[in-house]
Amino acid sequence: MRNMTQKSALVLALLAAGAVSALAAGSEDEYKAAFAAAEAANKEAGKLRNQWTTTASTLAAAKKSAEAGDFDKATTSAKEAEALAKASIFQATSEKTRWKDMEIR
Amino acid sequence: MKLRSAIYLASATLAFAALTFASTLPSGAADKIDPVADAKAFQKFFTDKFPKVKYEDFVNGPYSMNEDLHRQWQEKEQFPPYEFSLEMGKEMFSKPFKNGKTYEDCFPNKGIGIRQNYPYFDEKEGKVITLELALNRCREANGEPPYSYVKDEMAALTAYMAFTSRGKPMDIKIPDDPRALAAYENGKEYFYTRRGQLNFSCATCHVQSPGERIRAEILAPALGIVNAMPIYRSEWSGMGTTSRRFTTCNSQIRGVPLSPQDDEYRNVEYFLSYVSNGLPISGPGARP
Repeated sequence: MRNMTQKSALVLALLAAGAVSALAAGSEDEYKAAFAAAEAANKEAGKLRNQWTTTASTLAAAKKSAEAGDFDKATTSAKEAEALAKASIFQATSEKTRWKDMEIR
Repeated sequence: MKLRSAIYLASATLAFAALTFASTLPSGAADKIDPVADAKAFQKFFTDKFPKVKYEDFVNGPYSMNEDLHRQWQEKEQFPPYEFSLEMGKEMFSKPFKNGKTYEDCFPNKGIGIRQNYPYFDEKEGKVITLELALNRCREANGEPPYSYVKDEMAALTAYMAFTSRGKPMDIKIPDDPRALAAYENGKEYFYTRRGQLNFSCATCHVQSPGERIRAEILAPALGIVNAMPIYRSEWSGMGTTSRRFTTCNSQIRGVPLSPQDDEYRNVEYFLSYVSNGLPISGPGARP
């Protein structure tokens, strides 16, 4: 009986550990995807010659959190970086014509 | 089905309205590149905005904006903070390279009194050549490593060259070459384009708000802003080149600066210098 309990505890512990590592792995994957998307958007902003310093610093913050194992925080930062990069792309695209509104004539 | 027809009808009406509106614009007026008219309008904008400022005083940036500041400038000019840089530039300018040649050999009139002609459009290369770029090309052509575009050596050399040109009216030419016009227009576009997370263009500060404070600083008018380059800035506790000014402006509005002397910066300097034609060279300048 005691042996049974020990076995069950071991199984449960393994299951729990498995679940946690699965969760952690999921979170890391999510971070990696979010980071790749942010980097791609920032690269596109670079092609438009309009990167923002805040995108770079937010990407760096995401990387730092990931290195510390905090993938939730890292994912949040990566998503924020992607939003910033997308905003810079929108800005560069809309300014292609909007700059003329400000011109002295 | 009815909904789809309604959407088609609405789209067609909108397209027709857009076409009708477009046809009411003067033909070609929106896209015609006319630097002469631009410069006239640019200068008029500032003289209308600041009717009390003496025209030549626009080159003194924030110090032209009110009497108190103007007095500060006069006092500062008695012991100018750029003097050390000027001395250094003079010495560097005449010191021979390892091959025995000097900067004099690279420039017309031995480099004296020519600041007002830079930047110019090089028709052979099809690009704008700034004074900073010409200085580094001179060094490289004589087997010397180029200087950083944002550091003291370049500031000292350009300070000396500006000083020998003081009082000469800016005289930038746009040759009859579509590439020169394109460079000018690209420079203009860069000047008015908003960038960075703060969504500022050069014009946001230097057209819309000269004379206003941004934190502790008083913003300079864009007219004549390049005539005073390079500048000693108290904020930097040192000298700054035109390249340093452009890259710092970009990072201050949270934009990643381009590399100094990238086409965009060369073109915007071309545009800004052209619209300041006629105003005297006042560099090296001093700024708060």
